[in-house]
Amino acid sequence: MEQNVALLLVISPFFGFLFNVFFGKKCSKNVSGFIGTITVVISFVASIFFFITLTDTKHPTEILLFDWIQVSNFKVSFGFLVDQLSVLWLLFVTGIGSLIHLYSISYMHDDENFHKFFAYLNLFVFFMITLVLGSNLLVMFIGWEGVGLCSYLLIGFWHKNQEYNDAAKKAFIMNRIGDLGLLIGIFIIANIFNSLDFVTIKQLVIAGKFNATSIWIGVATLCLFIGASGKSAQIPLYTWLPDAMAGPTPVSALIHAATMVTAGIFMITRLNFLFDLTPQILNLIAIIGAVTALVAASIGLVQNDIKKVLAYSTVSQLGLMFLAIGMGAYNIAVFHVITHAFFKACLFLGSGSVIHAMGGEQDMRKMGNLRKAMPITFITMVVATLAISGIPPFAGFFSKDEILITAFHNNIPLFVIASIASIMTAFYMFRLLYLTFFNEFRGTDYQKNHLHESPTLITFPLLVLGTLSLLGGLISLPGHSWLNNYLAPLFTKVTHNEHVFGTNEYILMTVAVLGGVIGIILAYSKYMKQRYVPVADEHISGFAKVLYNKFYIDEFYTLIIVKPINQLSRFFRDKLETTLSGLISGLGTITKSIGTAGQTVQNGSVGLYLFSFVIGIVGILIYLFLVQ
Amino acid sequence: MNVTSLLLLLVVGTIATFVSGDKFAARVALFFSIAAFALTLFLTNVFLSGTSVSFLTLWIENPKVYLAFNADGLALAMLLLTTALTVIIILSSFANQYKNAKNLYALVLFMSFAMVGTFLAADGLLYYIFWELALIPIYFIALVWGNDDLEARRKAVVTFFIYTLAGSLFMLVGFGYMYQKAGSFQILNLYNLKLTVQEQTWIFLGFFAAYAIKIPLIPFHTWQASVYQKAPSVGTMLLSGIMLKMGLYSIIRWQLPIAPLTAKANIILLTAIGVAGVIYGSIVALRQKNLKKLLAYSSLAHVGLIAAGIYTVKIDGLSGAVSQMIAHGFVIVGLFFVAEIIERRYQTQVISEMGGLRSKAPKFASYFLILVLASIALPGTFNFVGEFTVLYSLAQTNVLIAVLGGTTIILGAYYMLKMFQNVMLGENNSAFFKDVTTSEAIVLLVIIGFLFFFGLYPKPIIDLVNPSLVEILKVINK
Repeated sequence: MEQNVALLLVISPFFGFLFNVFFGKKCSKNVSGFIGTITVVISFVASIFFFITLTDTKHPTEILLFDWIQVSNFKVSFGFLVDQLSVLWLLFVTGIGSLIHLYSISYMHDDENFHKFFAYLNLFVFFMITLVLGSNLLVMFIGWEGVGLCSYLLIGFWHKNQEYNDAAKKAFIMNRIGDLGLLIGIFIIANIFNSLDFVTIKQLVIAGKFNATSIWIGVATLCLFIGASGKSAQIPLYTWLPDAMAGPTPVSALIHAATMVTAGIFMITRLNFLFDLTPQILNLIAIIGAVTALVAASIGLVQNDIKKVLAYSTVSQLGLMFLAIGMGAYNIAVFHVITHAFFKACLFLGSGSVIHAMGGEQDMRKMGNLRKAMPITFITMVVATLAISGIPPFAGFFSKDEILITAFHNNIPLFVIASIASIMTAFYMFRLLYLTFFNEFRGTDYQKNHLHESPTLITFPLLVLGTLSLLGGLISLPGHSWLNNYLAPLFTKVTHNEHVFGTNEYILMTVAVLGGVIGIILAYSKYMKQRYVPVADEHISGFAKVLYNKFYIDEFYTLIIVKPINQLSRFFRDKLETTLSGLISGLGTITKSIGTAGQTVQNGSVGLYLFSFVIGIVGILIYLFLVQ
Repeated sequence: MNVTSLLLLLVVGTIATFVSGDKFAARVALFFSIAAFALTLFLTNVFLSGTSVSFLTLWIENPKVYLAFNADGLALAMLLLTTALTVIIILSSFANQYKNAKNLYALVLFMSFAMVGTFLAADGLLYYIFWELALIPIYFIALVWGNDDLEARRKAVVTFFIYTLAGSLFMLVGFGYMYQKAGSFQILNLYNLKLTVQEQTWIFLGFFAAYAIKIPLIPFHTWQASVYQKAPSVGTMLLSGIMLKMGLYSIIRWQLPIAPLTAKANIILLTAIGVAGVIYGSIVALRQKNLKKLLAYSSLAHVGLIAAGIYTVKIDGLSGAVSQMIAHGFVIVGLFFVAEIIERRYQTQVISEMGGLRSKAPKFASYFLILVLASIALPGTFNFVGEFTVLYSLAQTNVLIAVLGGTTIILGAYYMLKMFQNVMLGENNSAFFKDVTTSEAIVLLVIIGFLFFFGLYPKPIIDLVNPSLVEILKVINK
């Protein structure tokens, strides 16, 4: 039973992919979109099945299908592990996935490659499920690389535009830098534990039955973290994510906000027992996470492209999750992953709705006053914005607050950094709201006359996600956390982050909320009261210009990596290669004379040559058979 | 039934193709290549059921040379690769109209024959004869049916011929020396020869001269790119798909077991040479303007990694290398076929003259992209199985070398995706581009199907190959 449901769960979206590849073009867009959506819904239902059985039995199920790769000291099976962590991820991947598929039916309706879009989206869900369900690191790696591939395909979905293709390529290559780290980490783990199976490794770690110095474990976890920072867009590998906004907006919502980019957090939580062995690496993760949160938030302050703001906000929120992980508070990181998936998917889909109404415009300087034309989009985005700003009782408040409280107890400087990032978040998110939905409309007349609320297929997912952004915090209320109980079997260390709620915590909570409110007030006074509209690109100056140009990190990478490697390539191609072959022909003045001699024999009669070989060979074979 | 039947079949095929006339040559050759593949499958089955398919008889009294064909799992895997790719290569050239087609197809089958002989030969001199014999058909294929003006082509091809021939002579000297001591060229006698470290070093170097040029390893690779570019696609596929595997295979079969001490004393150096090829080939590939040359350099990078795997002298490295040899054989033939398909329509290999093909030929674009992904070893493809195992073995040998070798997953993605973007994506260019024909699609689908099937279920190949590798390692570590 369980094996069949698991197979259905995995294969259903793959079937959707195959259907859309082979028949998508022949059938109508509605059929293509329907198949694409329903196959993900089926996976969602299967996930609920596992959620229910797992809540009953509390026993993880391991399903082994067949042996895959075998090397000298271990073998890797193709298998799935259904436990609390994978079920939780499955629920929101397939749940939000279903909503976004539904949304895409309307959003992508006029695209000539509609069926291809659904094919890729289904393929993505399939790989994401594989990533989450894999019972060992290598099956997870299939999903890991697979979602990277789908990300590549979907960022470059409009492939006639070479800038989009560049963004897609960049995403893939930067992810692969991380993947090399992940692979090396996998090698070291395989060497230490003679296994890549999650359950086996966990048992070995608990029993202490492994031979390795802590340095090697540290190298392994560091390498794994490099992999995580590629996929989850952390410093120094985050620059691909903002560029990835070249993809259609549903893709940004599903892949680049709610699901794929959380894979790094998933992987580390999966292996929490390993990371617990290396506190130094955890510290590093906390620092990288906090700094990423701050840097990305500061860049987000001045972006004018609505999707870019959200992209930097995603990087920043992912940073907060890594901060939580770095403090050993995996359950809190997971909590924030979930609430973030709700409100960020809502925000992206909302921005998609806005872009749709504006006829493709993404620059907030040309928007304004949209709340009247699009009330549902407006309301849901307000809810999601309040959630991300950490205002009670919205979902983000609970998860972010827990991160801040944990930081306060662990490391005051990191707490300060995270708090500043949170204030910035509230500021730029309300800046986004005011610029988009308030004051006067700044677009063209044509756009003005065509403003409209989006159709139901778009507003329905918005309403669901808006509701979840409102209520999502309920899964882990302070002191009565359902989530922490649910996840408890995963962790080997007793979690020390169940804070007793005393005066300190209430003060901290108030401070955090006040921070959010300050951010909102600043945004209000600048963008609402003073009706400030950001200036045109060429007039941006001072530090704002540095921020607007993202601290020139991309330019820096180009300067120190991309350019040198291309120059080296040219040097090899034009100089070294010719020199080397020159050397060979130089060696061969003798060679040359042999060559000239050879040429006189070569009269071009291939038949003759062939004839003589064949005679010889036949002779040999006749002899051979006579002997036999 | 033994493997001589396969050799005989290929010779008969060569003759039949030659006499069939230009009109039917392709079909006759296809028939014999399929028959050869089927026969190889049959022989493999016989072998797996426990019956030997090897062959041994005295050939020449003085010097003592045996007709010794040893078919273990490793050799059979290479035979399957050779005969399967021969079918694919012949099928892929069906749409082309060649002058003197009968000669060309006869040469292809003859080449297949020589390579099969090389993989099977278990007598040093016999092996040497097949090894050199394989050079002759490819020489003519590249020279007579190649691209570009005749002078440039002749220069490239003659350089290649002489260069590899010269390298092989060192190997012959090595065999001669060993014959003096062993009184036989038979492989088992050579394995059992008690050689001093110094003798092993010289013999190792003799083999190395032959193999480093053939594979090729840097810096002995300079013949490669221009020959790949100038040869007709059939020739390029034979070279890159099968022939360069002769060198890699020979390291496992001859060089390591005969001179194990030298190999084991220089593991770091030798794997580093391989890995240097990975990095160098990838970086040069990055800015190639010619599609076939770019693929040639990508091939240089891949064989570098395979060689590094072999020179770990560990079971994982060897096993991964063999998987990678097979996977690379298929994927590179597929990619050169893609280049051929473009050349059929646009008469060019220059990347800047392409672009925007994806919207015009969506099926072609999909097949091409899948091959690109296989080439950069996406999990799920057989290439991943090979690359993963090789890199794992390198990591066990030396983590730093594994990291350097692992850059292939970054650099490979860089140059392949860049190439794909420039060839396929972007704005439409105005010229018409016909999507793949049925016969073209069949070739590509067969390759893709193979790579995915064994990518998810590599067990049959591993089970065939690994026992022989274990045997060879026993000789190496005795």
